[in-house]
Amino acid sequence: MDLTIILQQLVNGVSLGSLYGLVAIGYTMVYGVIRLINFAHGDIMMVGMYFAFTGIAMMFLPWWAAFLLSMLASALVGVIVDRVAYKPLRNASRISALITAIGVSFFLENSFLVIYGGVPKAFPIPSVFNGAINIHSVIFPNIAIITPIVAIVFLLILLFILHKTKYGMAMRALSFDIDTVRIMGINVDLVISLVFALGSFLAALGGIFWAMRYPAINPLIGIMPGLKAFAAAVLGGIGSVTGAALGGFIIGVTEILVVALFPALAGYKDAFAFLFLIFVLLFKPTGILGEDLERGRF
Amino acid sequence: MKIDRNNILTILAILVFFLFVWWGSNHLTAYAVRVWEDTLIFLMLSAGYNLINGVTGQFSLEPNGFVAIGAYVTAILILTPAQKESMFIIEPMVPWLANLHMSFLPALIIGGIVTAFVGFLLGFPVFRVRGDYLAIVTLGFGLTIRVVSNNTITITNGSLGLKGLPTYTNIWWCAVWAVIAMIVIMRIVDSAFGRAMKAVRDDEDAAIAMGINTLWIKQIAFVTAAFFEGVGGGLLASLITIISPTVFTFFLTFELLIIIVVGGLGSMTGTALATVVVVWGSELLRVVEQPMNIFGLHIPGIPGMRMVVFSILLIIMMIFAREGIMGQKEFSWDWIFNKIKGKRA
Repeated sequence: MDLTIILQQLVNGVSLGSLYGLVAIGYTMVYGVIRLINFAHGDIMMVGMYFAFTGIAMMFLPWWAAFLLSMLASALVGVIVDRVAYKPLRNASRISALITAIGVSFFLENSFLVIYGGVPKAFPIPSVFNGAINIHSVIFPNIAIITPIVAIVFLLILLFILHKTKYGMAMRALSFDIDTVRIMGINVDLVISLVFALGSFLAALGGIFWAMRYPAINPLIGIMPGLKAFAAAVLGGIGSVTGAALGGFIIGVTEILVVALFPALAGYKDAFAFLFLIFVLLFKPTGILGEDLERGRF
Repeated sequence: MKIDRNNILTILAILVFFLFVWWGSNHLTAYAVRVWEDTLIFLMLSAGYNLINGVTGQFSLEPNGFVAIGAYVTAILILTPAQKESMFIIEPMVPWLANLHMSFLPALIIGGIVTAFVGFLLGFPVFRVRGDYLAIVTLGFGLTIRVVSNNTITITNGSLGLKGLPTYTNIWWCAVWAVIAMIVIMRIVDSAFGRAMKAVRDDEDAAIAMGINTLWIKQIAFVTAAFFEGVGGGLLASLITIISPTVFTFFLTFELLIIIVVGGLGSMTGTALATVVVVWGSELLRVVEQPMNIFGLHIPGIPGMRMVVFSILLIIMMIFAREGIMGQKEFSWDWIFNKIKGKRA
């Protein structure tokens, strides 16, 4: 195998990894704030794809408008899910909230199955994202270059919100101690809704780019990337946004490189993320950049 | 076992149940018998699942993986060598498995034992984590089983699956195994092990402080559950006669989860009640997927609507009725007699 192929696979892996990263950020933020694995997060990604699909293919919007509307609508779905299903369970056991999250996940999958049918839909790719650049006989598809750039830009915006705005400060404070934050006179429910909105917005973004990478979408498409993104969030250290992005890159690049270097293992690629997950949990449960949320912070 | 009022009543209840099975196998329609078979297999699966999730409090999402293992092992053992040879068209089966053939009962038991062994091995890594991490890791196990069964073509025939399994499963197989599973699991819950399991559920740190080996206790629950889920998988395999990697998806786990939540996490009798309610309820819910005419208004059937109803039901249950039908309580004869005598339980 020569260098160009490895380079090409690397670009491919980074682009896949940045998608995992975008989705992982939502997991990590929600977990950081209310200690819930939002099972429905992968499905929010699917919701984003279908909204964008509806915007472009059925409402004939320009692609940027469809994408933006889809991300905003998905953010709204995320907030509604939190308000309706998770908020009544804030003081219940974590397992109850987790079971509810599984219920929400099934609800989203099946209601989209009812609305759009189970037949995969072809996602219309705007021409900007088609095509490829050829540099010294290494072919870079446009989408593979644009994806990581978009991911990094949004990561920087998110970090700015988290560290330079009042609401960002409130979010970070929530992950330390909800009750104290409430005593400080901060509208906790509003901040939690904002967390869900931001996470779902980014998940929809990840979903749209996923759909342009693998342009056949179906209502169950969010499950696998969602789970891998969760593995990425744990690998990076759950609760840490930069860690989630980093974990996403690592899982994406490993997945692509293992398949490229050992084609015989290609069939097992969906199991790698879980092996990663189990090893991380066994040997370094706090992940790469994470703090021990159970002990260290409280 | 003591021969006292309660045990005699339990034995009588089991006899009445078998009488019902005997009556049902002769008088019910084929459709009703088939749904009862499903009900009894699901009872066995969810009783095992409730032992680990409800009684021991280790919320995990692996049953579809265990059921798949049991189904594959049983299926491979009950298929004749000739059938296997004609089925494995991509790559031939590994020889020592291809020539293995046995009757249904040993195949089921071996299916259960293999699953229990896998559960035992799996328990060591997964029980090092608790809570929601355990849920995700075990969910990953279920998916891994699917990936593995898709790729080990010389053993499982890959994505083509195994077809034409002999249909040994009938209502008697299901009934007897369901009763065995219920008795064994309820005896475990009533034993010192069961009390240790509940201690682990209520406060793991306190249980450790009391000198309970929590890993060992979790393993007992896990391996027992795995055994019965493996046997249940074998029964299912022979009932549906065709298995492939996509048959036992997370959807199966989801159904079992609904059952144990409806019945009450930690209550075996609640699970039994809920299995009947959920399995029959989901049959009745088929109505929403069929075309209907309401006051001249034609509503076309919407496939998939049942699952929407199911998931809304689960969410509503979790928000408003988290305890389920029975909570953590069990039905008992004492309770009935106290009710009759007007005493408080």
